[in-house]
Amino acid sequence: MSNFMPGQPLVAVVQRIEIKKLRQGENLILGFSIGGGIDQDPGQNPFSDDKADKGIYVTRITPGGPADAANLRMGDKIMQVNGYDMTMMTHDQARKRLTQKKEDVVRLLVTRKSLEEAVKTSMGGCYPRQ
Amino acid sequence: MQSPTVMDAEEEDEVLQVLEVCETIEEIREVIVTTIEEDSHNSPPVASSGTGTKPSQDDNWGETTTAVTGTSEHSLSQEDIVRITKDLEDSVGLDCRRYFTLTLAVILGLLVFLTPLAFLVLPYILWPEKLQTCGTACEGLFISVAFKLLILLLAVWALFFRSPRAGLPRVFVFRALLAVLVLLFVMSYWLFYGVRILDTQDENYQGIVQYAVSLVDALLFIHYLAIVLLELRQLQPCFSVSVMRSTDGEKRHYNLGQLSIQRAALAILEHYYCDFPVHNPALLSASKSRAAKHLAGLKVYNVDGEFPASPADGPGNNAAAGMAHSQSRAMIAAAARRRDTSHNELYYEEAEHERRVRKRKARLVVAVEEAFTHIKRMQEEDQKKTPGDVMDPREAAQAIFPSMARALQKYLRTTKQQHCHSMESIQQHLAFCITNNMTPKAFLESYLSAGPTLQYSRNHWLARQWTLISEASVTSGLSDGSIFQLKCVDFSLVVTTKKIPYIQMSEEYIDPKSHKFVLRLQSETSV
Repeated sequence: MSNFMPGQPLVAVVQRIEIKKLRQGENLILGFSIGGGIDQDPGQNPFSDDKADKGIYVTRITPGGPADAANLRMGDKIMQVNGYDMTMMTHDQARKRLTQKKEDVVRLLVTRKSLEEAVKTSMGGCYPRQ
Repeated sequence: MQSPTVMDAEEEDEVLQVLEVCETIEEIREVIVTTIEEDSHNSPPVASSGTGTKPSQDDNWGETTTAVTGTSEHSLSQEDIVRITKDLEDSVGLDCRRYFTLTLAVILGLLVFLTPLAFLVLPYILWPEKLQTCGTACEGLFISVAFKLLILLLAVWALFFRSPRAGLPRVFVFRALLAVLVLLFVMSYWLFYGVRILDTQDENYQGIVQYAVSLVDALLFIHYLAIVLLELRQLQPCFSVSVMRSTDGEKRHYNLGQLSIQRAALAILEHYYCDFPVHNPALLSASKSRAAKHLAGLKVYNVDGEFPASPADGPGNNAAAGMAHSQSRAMIAAAARRRDTSHNELYYEEAEHERRVRKRKARLVVAVEEAFTHIKRMQEEDQKKTPGDVMDPREAAQAIFPSMARALQKYLRTTKQQHCHSMESIQQHLAFCITNNMTPKAFLESYLSAGPTLQYSRNHWLARQWTLISEASVTSGLSDGSIFQLKCVDFSLVVTTKKIPYIQMSEEYIDPKSHKFVLRLQSETSV
């Protein structure tokens, strides 16, 4: 999530989360809100370590919604949606990617701080940090 | 000088006894200082109480002890005598030089003005019958000559006929050059005139008149050159000079143009009289007494008894020099090692002095405000009511002065300014303030802070005789890093110059349409 060097491959520990969209009338909703994007101001992001990180972050989870059921947490950074990279997306493009009418299920790759900690402790300190 | 005897602190008549013994008042000053210091050291064992007492300086000691604070109204110190003899010596030489230059200038001026007229008049005197009659164009040239001469006269009067501000040590180079140029120029015109016109007795009068007109034109151009060289060249500031007074470190900075060192010194001195606070020697006595105490603390005794023999060459001389060196080094080392508490004394003394000054200032302000309430400006209706005591400003000042006199005198003594202001000058100032409807605070301002030297009476800026000490020639121009000194009898001003740097500026064009802004976005969308 931090230490991103432009031009270098990004290494992060990610978790796969699968969310089934819920039908509410005409719309398919996922039950969370996103913030961030390459056209947004990264300094206002309360969840990122690196205040220059322009990625897409989960800012709110509707309790009891599909995202909550799938264990998505507030503050997660969304790295991929259904195979599409989300780290270099504008806010609107990200929204469109998540709200495709033809898809019922979205498979996200998310990363959070606690994941790295967990991996480090489980591997006993031999984790190669980026 | 006889060594002062030990005496009690309260016996002022014994202090007067020492006065009679010494020769000049300068020595008296030093004697008094050291005596009182010794008193302060000796009093604890003498006094029966034995508690650690400060030097006995209560509020009244300034009034009862005599001749402590330097020169009184009618005394004459060594410095004054030196100053007066120098004035007498130098006044004679300076006047001779001034008159010499004045006569030279007058002769040159007359030569310059009469030459064109002579060119015009001489043909009529010498060969009137051969001359062609002066036609219209020729007579028109007469008018031109007349007006150009008038303009030249006014211009020369404006530029050169000003009362000299000062007498400088060396000749003013540009003026001398200009005088030589004018002389050469006029001489060459006369030469040509003499050879080609007088000898051949030329009949073409119009040519002669045109020749005279060209002379006057060229003289006007030389005058233009004089303006540029003498006045315009040094207007643009080129150097920043810092002037520091040697006695108390007062420092000012001025911007000067390209001047010679002596003219720069003159400009600096004129600024000095207007800007620098007046030189007060009484304020320096404290540091001098501290320095005297440092020196008096240690004495070097030669225990081994090796006295240097008569100065022999080679090793003998080195031994004598080496001994002097080792003596001074030993003194410095011992002084460094000694646990010196004089800084402590200085701190407490200064705090005490500050407190005393503030207390006296408070008393003074109250006394003056009260004194000013005793009089008021007479209105028309008062004249009808009480035709009694009507006073002019001087009498009014004299009426209210006694009520504030004591407080003012004490304040001036505490801040060591009492020799700058005489009773007469204070009363004059008070009358002036009353006439101009000033408040008590306005009256007091001139006593609370030291003003520039010019504001005081003449005997405080008696140092009109200044000596310029410079390693470079005084007629050479100022340059970066040149240092010179202006010395008068009491102190000296040290002047250093720095050149204002050459500034290289480049431009950057900003299109007014290029000022564009965007909002900082942070949106949150729910999906």
